[in-house]
Amino acid sequence: MLGWIDTLLQGVLLGGLYSLYATGLSVIFGIMRLVNLAHGDLIVLGAFLMLAASAAGVPIVLAFAVVVPLMFVIGYALQSVLLNRALGRNILPPLLITFGLSIIVQNGLLETFSADTRRLNVGTLESASLPLGGSIAVGLMPLICLASAVGVIVLLNGVFYRTALGRAFRATSDDVEIAQLMGINNKSIYAVTMGIALAVCAIAGFFLGARANFDPSIGPARLLYAFEAVIIGGLGSLWGTLAGGIVVGVAQTIGAHINPEWQILSGHVAFLIVLVIRPRGLFPRAVD
Amino acid sequence: MRHSDAAVLETRELTAFYGDFQALYGITFVLNEGETVAVIGANGAGKSTFLKAVAGLLPRPASAVRLDGRDIGALPAFEIVKLGLALVPEGRRLFPSLSVEENLLVGAYGRHLNGPWTLAAVYRLFPMLRERRHAPSTALSGGQQQMVAIGRSLMSNPRILLCDELSLGLAPIVIRDIYAALADIKTRGTSVVLVEQDLAHAMSVADRAYCFQEGRVSLTGRPQDLTRDAIHAAYFGL
Repeated sequence: MLGWIDTLLQGVLLGGLYSLYATGLSVIFGIMRLVNLAHGDLIVLGAFLMLAASAAGVPIVLAFAVVVPLMFVIGYALQSVLLNRALGRNILPPLLITFGLSIIVQNGLLETFSADTRRLNVGTLESASLPLGGSIAVGLMPLICLASAVGVIVLLNGVFYRTALGRAFRATSDDVEIAQLMGINNKSIYAVTMGIALAVCAIAGFFLGARANFDPSIGPARLLYAFEAVIIGGLGSLWGTLAGGIVVGVAQTIGAHINPEWQILSGHVAFLIVLVIRPRGLFPRAVD
Repeated sequence: MRHSDAAVLETRELTAFYGDFQALYGITFVLNEGETVAVIGANGAGKSTFLKAVAGLLPRPASAVRLDGRDIGALPAFEIVKLGLALVPEGRRLFPSLSVEENLLVGAYGRHLNGPWTLAAVYRLFPMLRERRHAPSTALSGGQQQMVAIGRSLMSNPRILLCDELSLGLAPIVIRDIYAALADIKTRGTSVVLVEQDLAHAMSVADRAYCFQEGRVSLTGRPQDLTRDAIHAAYFGL
């Protein structure tokens, strides 16, 4: 019994990481209907940037504090210089561009950092844990990761639902033509959106690198988990995305508990089951 | 081309295209300070296209549209609204995921101009919106949605208001209310361009009218000077 509770708990914590993967994807899709196939690779890029800073002697906390805003700037530039030109009625060109970007980022990382597996060194925090009584303990790092996922969503929802800028985001998402009539520059909204998404990618990259090994090739699998979390949660809802991440995380740990070979598979199976039962996800937005 | 000093909005040989399809063939148009001008015409005559081209939603020649004597043809829509020109779009087009009040507030997003219109002023104009201000905009009746759409455009404090088919799909009694509000708006010094299918309404409030036919101006004049036969001919090209 205790073993199952433990499994469930670890699954929820893993879900925190997956929802961090997915939040940026959810925001990008929600506001500009853009599917970013490079999302997973950009998470890995965030992890490598922190690794590089760390290797240069920068303390990991400082590296985090520098790389997150840096990724915002990269996202802003990526959108204004490249993706805004491709956005239009046809969804194929931006899709192809992000596919190309995915390949470029992967190979760029491979050239720069080689194919070795790496890990971010977070010191004693890496193995610190919190005993919960019985034989159950949760890792401090995964707990911080889940708390960060919740924190990011609270923060983003605060921006989207309580500020004038947030209203502009939602208006642009609803009807981009009319939004422009309100004085909203949709392209700058898109650039900020991509900036936010990449900043969240950097946060996700930090927890990815602190929790497990990574190398330049693991991006697409992260993208897949992120996709599944977004779709399970229902498009347009960040809390849904968190729930979706937790569903994938719990399904994976339960699968692994039964048979370690089933970990990845059971996440995908959970995704398929949700799609069959609720094709629009668990918490779809009322409109759209 | 004669340049009118009193004109707040002017188009000269304005053309507009949807892809290869030409929708406007050189529209020359003047709106003077404080005036209400009706644009009438059959379906597909280019009335809505004209408003969209003026507001910056369609590509048009850079010098074809002037606001206060300044060329605005090269400016994007989100810059034009800051200069004091707002469009109430056909079919209301409220933001469905925003509440009534959020729809109004988003109208003030790019506000650069001081003027009479605030949230409170819009609620005074349409008191029933105040009661429903937290409702999703999709929960409102057609007439109420039209009021939100007008209020949303007013929130930028426009000096020129372009209205596209205000009466479309509304009950006669609601249309009367909307037009009463429009009269109120005009008293604040707003100049209005009114695109309407409802000829009687358009002519009753307009100082001047332009009739469009297949992307061209087929008739223009003051409503009292235009005979029924002339309008009929200009409508259908008979």
